[in-house]
Amino acid sequence: MSATQAALLQAHGIDKRFGGVVALSDVSLTIRQGEIYGLIGPNGAGKTTLFNVLTGLYRPDAGSFMFNGRDLIGLKPFRVAEQGIARTFQNIRLFANMSALENVMVGRHSRTRAGALAAILRSYRTMNEEQAIRRRSGELLEYVGVGRHAHALAKNLPYGDQRRLEIARALATEPRLLALDEPAAGMNATETAGLRKLLDRIRADGITILLIEHDVKLVMGLCDRVAVLDYGRKIAEGAPPEVQSDPAVIRAYLGGTLP
Amino acid sequence: MKTWVASLVGLRRDRRALWVGYALVAFVLAVLPFAIDNSIGRTWVRVLDFALLYALLALGLNIVVGFAGLLDLGYVAFYAVGAYTWALLASPQLGLHLPFWVILPLGAGVAALFGVLLGAPTLRLRGDYLAIVTLGFGEIIRIFLNNLDHPVNITNGPIGINRIDPIQIAGIDLTRNHEFFGIAFSGAHFHYYVFLMLALASMFVCIRLEDSRIGRAWIAIREDEVAAQSMGINTRNVKLLAFAMGATFGGIAGGLFSSFQGFVSPESFILLESIMVLCMVVLGGMGHVSGVVLGALLLATLPEVLRHTASPVQQQLFGKVILDPESLRMLLFGLALILVMLLRPSGLWPSPTRRREFADTKEQR
Repeated sequence: MSATQAALLQAHGIDKRFGGVVALSDVSLTIRQGEIYGLIGPNGAGKTTLFNVLTGLYRPDAGSFMFNGRDLIGLKPFRVAEQGIARTFQNIRLFANMSALENVMVGRHSRTRAGALAAILRSYRTMNEEQAIRRRSGELLEYVGVGRHAHALAKNLPYGDQRRLEIARALATEPRLLALDEPAAGMNATETAGLRKLLDRIRADGITILLIEHDVKLVMGLCDRVAVLDYGRKIAEGAPPEVQSDPAVIRAYLGGTLP
Repeated sequence: MKTWVASLVGLRRDRRALWVGYALVAFVLAVLPFAIDNSIGRTWVRVLDFALLYALLALGLNIVVGFAGLLDLGYVAFYAVGAYTWALLASPQLGLHLPFWVILPLGAGVAALFGVLLGAPTLRLRGDYLAIVTLGFGEIIRIFLNNLDHPVNITNGPIGINRIDPIQIAGIDLTRNHEFFGIAFSGAHFHYYVFLMLALASMFVCIRLEDSRIGRAWIAIREDEVAAQSMGINTRNVKLLAFAMGATFGGIAGGLFSSFQGFVSPESFILLESIMVLCMVVLGGMGHVSGVVLGALLLATLPEVLRHTASPVQQQLFGKVILDPESLRMLLFGLALILVMLLRPSGLWPSPTRRREFADTKEQR
């Protein structure tokens, strides 16, 4: 991706405190249209906090955040989803007692209209919409590769497939930015390779990806640009090779000498 | 090709079997009050009427508790609101006598409004915290009804409102006896049919809601509210809708209750009533429409059955009545609840884990 590509998401000077704990301090980043942007850092560096700020779950104490030309600060998570940011969760949060297909169908909620009255009357239009939801959700299940489990309860899916199902559910909201919180956590090498293929395909289909990941190999191999957080501050940003050789990053990961 | 034809024939036969089944059920439901009246007495038709009212209540609460997962312990408040709306608009209390087709929707609407009033401040609460707030709400409504007899007498306080107008359909007063085609109908019979129609309509509405965009949103909130919100569901509106829909059912049931009885007082809307309806939902199979109706019918009739059998059975067994039938009744009832919950924790008739495999082949429809 060239640097001339338009910015999709611009965060400026994000601060977030929990009581006395500073979780994020003056974090700025820009995600460009069509890239895979990695966010790494040691445990407790504030990655997930930043994620929750960007998806509307937390309201930052300071800073601004533009997405697709609109200010999203203070919007509720469902509005953020409507604007085109969809996410997955570090600790999988599927609707456990719904089938895989229904999980994805829930993702279609913000792009469809039928209300309670329409549900009761089941007009021709409502039925059409319902059928479209079902069809699209089935396609997305196939797309991420869990089509064979469409009617299994989400909680009964194998672990790796649950991760993929979460991605399908997020894709169902028609996002422009897909934010993935440690999608490879707990996966074995084969599953991670499969995930990598899937993410490449999603990007090729025109969706920008923000990726938090601990698997450094995956991040370095997949991402166009990487930002490193440490103690709530961004200490480095750039293409994977630059970041890897950055002394601040090495210090953060391996520990530095005492001053 | 041959198997395709065979399966098509099978489908047709199935469909015919289905219609025969429906016709059979309809016939049984139609003659049931007469069969009961002629065998065990009219009291039992009235018991059945109340059981159907409870089915309505349980269906409403099921939307809130079963679908959306919001534990509501003050559900009887909406029943009370519906009952008093009817009582005030169709009795000598305020001198108003509006027709039932005005009051019933109005009562449902007022109850829905109260549903939103309860829902709005409790949006951030879940589980036990929500239960306590709703419990308080239920009590507040009852206490208000109990005390709104001064300074201006609105509800007539603990004495209650009397001489409430009955439902009149096409000039027929449903509380009186009438004869059609040589068949004698009593008030209990008429109300059975009215309540049955409404209960069936409510089941229909619930089943359609469950399998819809809104129903999925409710269930998603029950399963994981944070995830639901992140997937673009406006949890505030969807939860308020659940409260309002549930309250609507309660309001309708309340209105029918007060017209059926001809009398309401705050005593009918105590906490125990909320808990009974919740028991019906949980015991029947939370979230499963048919299960909830089964739970309501069982729990509404079982205490009556025990009331009428407790002393004769003791007479038979021991030659005398050892335990007071009234306390024995509650003892057995409590025991039955405990047993069901131990043996079938997901309810008597829980929703089949998934019948979706068939749903996908419905393109042929």
